[in-house]
Amino acid sequence: MEYKPIRKVVSGNYAAAYAVKHARVEVVAAYPITPQTSIIEKIAEFIANDEIENIQYVPVESEHSAMAASIGASATGARAFTATSAQGLALMHEMLHWAAGARLPIVMVDVNRAMAPPWSVWDDQTDSLSQRDTGWMQFYAENNQEVYDGVLMAFKIAETVNLPAMVIESAFILSHTYDVVEMIPQELVDEFLPPRKPLYTLTDFDNPISVGALGTPSDYYEFRYKLAKAMEDAKKVIHEVGKEFGERFGRDYSQMIELYRTEDADFVFMGMGSLMGTVKQAVDLLREEGYKVGAAKVRWFRPFPSEELYELAKNVQAIAVLDRNFSFGQEGILFNEAKGALYNTDAKPLMKNYIVGLGGRDFTVNDVRKIAENMKAIIDKGELDVEVDWYHLKR
Amino acid sequence: MEIPENVKKRLSIPADEHFYAGHTACQGCGASLGLRYVLKTYGKKTIFTIPACCSTIIAGAWPYSTLDAPLFHTAFETTGAVMSGVEAALKVKGYKVKGEDGVMVVGWAGDGGTADIGLQALSGFLERGHDALYIMYDNEAYMNTGIQRSGSTPYGAWTTNTPGGKKHFLEKRHKKKVIDIVIAHEIPYAATASVAYPEDFIRKLKKARDTPGPSFIQLFAPCPTGWRSPTDKSIELARLAVQTAYFPLFEYENGKYKINMPSPKKEPKPIEEFLKYQGRFKYMTKEDIEILQQWVNHEWEKLKKLAEIFG
Ligand SMILES: Cc1ncc(C[n+]2csc(CCOP(=O)(O)OP(=O)(O)O)c2C)c(N)n1
Ligand code: SF4
Repeated sequence: MEYKPIRKVVSGNYAAAYAVKHARVEVVAAYPITPQTSIIEKIAEFIANDEIENIQYVPVESEHSAMAASIGASATGARAFTATSAQGLALMHEMLHWAAGARLPIVMVDVNRAMAPPWSVWDDQTDSLSQRDTGWMQFYAENNQEVYDGVLMAFKIAETVNLPAMVIESAFILSHTYDVVEMIPQELVDEFLPPRKPLYTLTDFDNPISVGALGTPSDYYEFRYKLAKAMEDAKKVIHEVGKEFGERFGRDYSQMIELYRTEDADFVFMGMGSLMGTVKQAVDLLREEGYKVGAAKVRWFRPFPSEELYELAKNVQAIAVLDRNFSFGQEGILFNEAKGALYNTDAKPLMKNYIVGLGGRDFTVNDVRKIAENMKAIIDKGELDVEVDWYHLKR
Repeated sequence: MEIPENVKKRLSIPADEHFYAGHTACQGCGASLGLRYVLKTYGKKTIFTIPACCSTIIAGAWPYSTLDAPLFHTAFETTGAVMSGVEAALKVKGYKVKGEDGVMVVGWAGDGGTADIGLQALSGFLERGHDALYIMYDNEAYMNTGIQRSGSTPYGAWTTNTPGGKKHFLEKRHKKKVIDIVIAHEIPYAATASVAYPEDFIRKLKKARDTPGPSFIQLFAPCPTGWRSPTDKSIELARLAVQTAYFPLFEYENGKYKINMPSPKKEPKPIEEFLKYQGRFKYMTKEDIEILQQWVNHEWEKLKKLAEIFG
């Protein structure tokens, strides 16, 4: 069948809901939280209108239970999905470890929202990045199209390496903003994403298994190693699935870091999620003004694309890392990771961390220009002014 | 010795064994006995969810399992939620759930994992109406972490975090009536049971299996380690708990109450009978015992009334 995309104008949340429908998810357990809620509402509407068949919807009593029910469903062999945001994700934290440890390919959309207090419903990446060490893969979407594509790819990758995956979109900037999304006809999605073949299921009554039992010191270590190995192997799978997606549907995701006009760049802006759309636009303008700049959008934060980062870093003089998040007592989380990944290499660009947009603070093309000017000065001088710059601070 | 088929048919307790020898429970453990009866009744086509509790250990460390049935070990507070997910997945996959030829989804959790930290997930499970059975085995404290109080610990009982001191003891609250909380959800079937009355327990397990919707059984399961009682007295204590009406056996079925034991027509034995052999109650004075007795009387009268009105 020839691929003819179906174009729909949808919010990021509806893009996620359509992807769930097209992925033929079998169990959805979820709990409402702004700005995630409309994902599940849309899925529920599909179910109520018989637009999705063969699905069980479990409206649970908390996010902790949403993840626990997804785990039960996934362990029983079903393709399971849930979605949440901020406080909800934090409440799930314990069970995120459980999903990864039990090697269950659950896919979840997290709508990046700032953590309280003070209450904030706006964009901030600290909620998802706080889940860094749970064993979940993390994909950051730049736009609604990437939310849709990301969910479909996440299922395929997760079910290949037997690890759960999070697809992350930003609060309101994507979740509630409408944009054109090219959707894939069901038959072609089915070809790309066949039914799940579980690693194990609880329904093998003749060979009953026990999952998650006590692991004594003589074995626990190896379980962790296997999880680490699966995460490492995921890089290859991400590359292959991203490439296949590109070949089939014209949008190539084979690279874990998307490079934009970096070939001859003196310095690049690096970041994740929707803010990179703004950055790309700024790069075009800056290029017209004579700046040799580019953008590096980190799509997959877990596993971390160290090799791709190295290839980039060895060819630029400086990297401005834009973090819409913060690790208290240290610095921006992406900055921290990127520096760590380059430490034992010969690539040593100047690296500066800009903390931007926390709690939904606007981040504009003009901000990128100011950062470019600052970066230029740093490069000319050959040294940093400050390492971590709270860029928006009302001074 | 193989039991001949004709004899097997006459036994009211199934002869089949799906709970292996070599498990790691203490001697005289009521919980492990209960688990054995569940497996005898339901056999292999049962999917267990067990949260953090003594049964995590009883079921065995990786790569072993003492259960001849699939088992998902889960986090302490998630029994009700995980079993909901298992049930949903079975349905979407086209399995028959519950009934004699169906798959049984069983949550098996301690009183701590049920009365306290897991109460929210239990409530969600009950209220959503999943076709599954939640069994709370009640040993009246957190035994796995070394005998701390739970909401189900009775008045006066020593635990390591509510100890008895020189002048007084700390456990001044009465046992939380989890079964009443469950019944408030108006589910089709809820019951209490005791390891001292296996025929009654097995009959209730079958009823839970054959009644569609969520069901709940609170199983009284003595713990010699936590109760500071002799290991050979567990069954006797479980029986005395029933005979004193401290833990009466009853069923709640589609809005109707039925008392099984002790007989509502007879006067129950005094509570002292149940307190004997148990080191955990040794701090109690005569007045304390009277306080506990008053509570038992009050709850017993309440139950009798319920059975009279909604019988
Ligand atoms: C979130 C969380 N908090 C605390 C614990 C520690 N913990 C494990 S088992 C347990 C007590 C279990 O008590 P109960 O449910 O009564 O079962 P029992 O051990 O008596 O069989 C506790 C507190 C845990 N596993 N998870
Ligand atoms: S501590 Fe009590 S409940 Fe736990 S295994 Fe021992 S006897 Fe059984």
